[in-house]
Amino acid sequence: MTQTNHIGKAPNRVDGPLKVAGAAHYSGEFNVPDLAYGYVVSSPIAKGKILKIHADEVRALPGVLEVFSHENVPHLAWLDKSYKDQIAPGGSPFRPLHAPDITFNQQPIALVVADTFELARYAAALLRIDYEQEAHETNLEAKRTEGFVPGKGKAGFQPPPPPRGNPDKALANATHSIEAEYAHGAQHHNPMELFTTTVEWRGDGKITAYDKTQGVFNVQNYLTSVFGLKKEDCRVVNQFMGGGFGAGLRPQYSVFMAVLASLELKRSVRVTLTRQQMFSIGHRPNTLQLLKMGTNPDGTLASLQHHALHETSQFEDYTENIVNWSGMLYQCENVKLGYELAKLDIYSPQDMRAPGAASGNVGLEVAMDEMAYAAGLDPLEFRLRNYADRDQNVDKPFSSKKLRECYQQAAAKFGWETRSQEPRSMRANGKLVGMGMGGGVWDAAQKKSAAKAIISADGKLTVRSGTGENGTGTYTIMTQIAAETLGLPLEAVTFELGDTDQPEAPIQGGSWTAASVGTAVKDACDALGEKILKLAQKPADSPLKGAKYDDVEFVNGQLRLRLDHDQAVVLRDVLQASGETQLEADSSAQPNMAKQQPYSLHSHNVAFAEVEVDEDLGTIKVTRVVSAVAAGRILNQKTARSQVLGSVVWGLGMALMEETIMDHKFGRYVNHNFAEYHIPVNADIPHIDVIFVHEDDDIVNPLGVKGIGEVGMLGVTAAIANAVFHATGKRVRDLPILLDKLL
Amino acid sequence: MYPFTYSRATDVADAVRDKAGHDGSAYVGGGTNLIDLMKMNVEQPAHLVNVAKLPLSKIEDLPNGGLRLGATATNSDTAWNEQVKARYPVLNQAILAGASPQLRNAATNGGNLMQRTRCYYFYDIATPCNKREPGSGCSAIGGFNRVCGILGTSEACIATHPSDMCVALAALAPTVRVSGPHGERSIAFEDFHRLPGDQPELDNTLTEGELITSLDLPEKGFAKHFAYLKLRDRHSYAFALVSVAVGLEMDGDTITEARLALGGVAHKPWRDQSAEQLLKGQPATAETFGRVAAHVVANAVGRGSNDFKIELARRAIVRALKQAAEGQQVAGDVYLGGQ
Repeated sequence: MTQTNHIGKAPNRVDGPLKVAGAAHYSGEFNVPDLAYGYVVSSPIAKGKILKIHADEVRALPGVLEVFSHENVPHLAWLDKSYKDQIAPGGSPFRPLHAPDITFNQQPIALVVADTFELARYAAALLRIDYEQEAHETNLEAKRTEGFVPGKGKAGFQPPPPPRGNPDKALANATHSIEAEYAHGAQHHNPMELFTTTVEWRGDGKITAYDKTQGVFNVQNYLTSVFGLKKEDCRVVNQFMGGGFGAGLRPQYSVFMAVLASLELKRSVRVTLTRQQMFSIGHRPNTLQLLKMGTNPDGTLASLQHHALHETSQFEDYTENIVNWSGMLYQCENVKLGYELAKLDIYSPQDMRAPGAASGNVGLEVAMDEMAYAAGLDPLEFRLRNYADRDQNVDKPFSSKKLRECYQQAAAKFGWETRSQEPRSMRANGKLVGMGMGGGVWDAAQKKSAAKAIISADGKLTVRSGTGENGTGTYTIMTQIAAETLGLPLEAVTFELGDTDQPEAPIQGGSWTAASVGTAVKDACDALGEKILKLAQKPADSPLKGAKYDDVEFVNGQLRLRLDHDQAVVLRDVLQASGETQLEADSSAQPNMAKQQPYSLHSHNVAFAEVEVDEDLGTIKVTRVVSAVAAGRILNQKTARSQVLGSVVWGLGMALMEETIMDHKFGRYVNHNFAEYHIPVNADIPHIDVIFVHEDDDIVNPLGVKGIGEVGMLGVTAAIANAVFHATGKRVRDLPILLDKLL
Repeated sequence: MYPFTYSRATDVADAVRDKAGHDGSAYVGGGTNLIDLMKMNVEQPAHLVNVAKLPLSKIEDLPNGGLRLGATATNSDTAWNEQVKARYPVLNQAILAGASPQLRNAATNGGNLMQRTRCYYFYDIATPCNKREPGSGCSAIGGFNRVCGILGTSEACIATHPSDMCVALAALAPTVRVSGPHGERSIAFEDFHRLPGDQPELDNTLTEGELITSLDLPEKGFAKHFAYLKLRDRHSYAFALVSVAVGLEMDGDTITEARLALGGVAHKPWRDQSAEQLLKGQPATAETFGRVAAHVVANAVGRGSNDFKIELARRAIVRALKQAAEGQQVAGDVYLGGQ
């Protein structure tokens, strides 16, 4: 190890000081001159038509610049495809201010723009709108029998594999069997930072949009096709983000509104959504799942059937992979998976941290617990007996899979052996104690990404890629990769992201950023390294004469032969001797399909949870969680651990409190604020142990990383639900498990 | 938010005069509730009289052995006051069970009494609400009413008063001193908040222009046998589904005097004096507690998603009485709630 081996260590966030000092600028903090403010008016009804917007009354207020609505919006792109972003589902994307039709509650129906935010907000309150209301349906229960099988539509969506074996017959012949339905309500991402766009009018139809987004290129493509802008006239920037969780994957109506107003008024405009409006931009859908399982006499799975139905909007077929994981996580010859959608008068759901997997995992892993009890087996032992060494969905081996080691290490750390199997058999502090577990699986994906690396004569390296940073540690891990590749201290490296003027990177989602952008960063630095090697070999007496790039390494500011460390040159000397002020190199990294194709590429995890339940009052306190994750190589122990800690918090929230309540009478969410949509607070969070089980995997990508943004959430929710059953003997199958469900 | 004018009062007379001089005006203390409601257009005062800096922030002994809590003392300063901790620990615990440290640092004692309900529909101007807009209807009846009341409700309104502090105050029974255009008067705490009846827009019995100046606690503080139990949907920073404040005086195992008040169940902090009478002279046993708890909820009415509160309240009363009798709780840094 050397001073410039950075990967796998635990450096602090390189952007931490900026954030602490308030010097990291978020999209609502670009205070360009002559800024106007837009305030969005939201529909108070779920379905109907706007008859009249009394905009003139509001336009008359001094300082109000304009009221935009379908009544005066300029001619924009006509075709659906112009509104389709990179991960738009099938159907017709929502077009703000396009028509008088109201298709969901809180639909944005007007934008009031004024000289000040306060005036815009006041004017929006005064704006009278006449509606014709129509009957709506927002209740998934009412559409139970009207599910339909969606088309492939959305990027990343995989329809469930066809059935294998004879699942029904195997179930009928099973020694033990269970059948149960699981449900969870809608959940919203609720990042702390509100969706905000500041559009800087640069004159002559040119704009820069500082937009809260997880994908600046996705937004740029959307804006150019909707507003007919040239790419060079439409720069999109987002260097910091106060949480995304998937809410920022698609362009939100805030950016549409701000750009519309800016182009029409030829002025810089900012639009910020309210907290209530944050409940109108997509959500994890209300989902119903039916699980059937049966076992053989030896405790192996004889049959596994998993069917899911969830809501979508009337205009898009939002899809996510809910049931597929059930055909992959355990060995079973007889499997049937089904997936349907039902259309309701709501906004389209949207990918939310571990979309699909988080939902399906609850059904699968609670059902596995129920099955273990029915078969008289310890839940961990039951999973070990059904361990899958191959991905049976695609009949391929895993490129690497150390879930067994996750089970073993986490169980040992947790003290699973102290658990007695019988429900209601453990007590402490006058409370019932329960221990539960659950595990999960998530994709290890890599997407095409580009990067540029530039080194100056004084040895300072700058690397750029237009990816995102939603608080996960992207700046830090990319800095580590670049610094290690060229043998530099972290302080000598600056990584820049979040700007469409940079090389293109995919949206930041799917846990693929470390693998995708990380590989591009490494490739760009290697390409630069090759140029540096050539320069170093120019002098007749170069100690590196004749060496190939593979023969050398960059370490501690030097370039040296791998096999003879004395044959070395100082990097800065090479650069200064070259007479160049700077050197640069580009990369475009793609997954190695030939290498990957024979394998199934996935990360895995397991979580163990302990709860204490007050039997009289129904209150649940999670007292411990141990989470073990096998996700290839961990780039930064500290930021990775933070990601998993956050994931555990998410899993706990889903288990015990998070739910957006729809009042079907109004077709409107009623707890659309932070007081009544409960996310966990510090007092809810116990001690959390995080274990990373290292996997050597050069198949997934050259860095060997699988991504950890989502996998850590899986298993947690089910582990807590299973622990509550173990404590109380009550099986709660509809989340969240609120105290009244235990009374 | 609607435009408003603003002034800062220098003394109580100035505040009362200023408010009387402005139609549609409101007093504002810490603003932790009113400003939110203004942002959502639920409240639209034309003029705000800031009373937070009035010289009413002292907490001082009263000649009758009681303790005066100034109206503009913050919730934090009140909870941490040494006299409050020593003599009225149930108040300390109730205050610390509510909101967050930041909010308690800003919120005033007078303002705590003036908090408005947290009913979902009251907060959302897109839905009817008799409290916000009299005559428009109650959306919570027949709607989602998890946070709504089970005792003393009406067909016009099933909203609850959201305060924790006020539940402890209901048990301690202070008087509320107010100043208004027609002079000063004292209101028994019991009579300060009201039930919704057919005028749910009225939360309390203050008359136009009256300003709370202090809460005068009686001498008796139930410092030895008390409990504040708060049940909610997360462990901090959530309003009570049900909360219970108990104060007991004991002679051996016999209860000689009792105070019992509930939060989260009614339009006002729900003190049940008939239950207190039932406890008097009784042994502190599970049987006694169960009987009294059943009495308190005997007339409770659930409205669907809050049906569970009836059983939860019953169990919470039993638990809180037991904790109080055993003297389990102590005033301290953190609300532990006996859970």
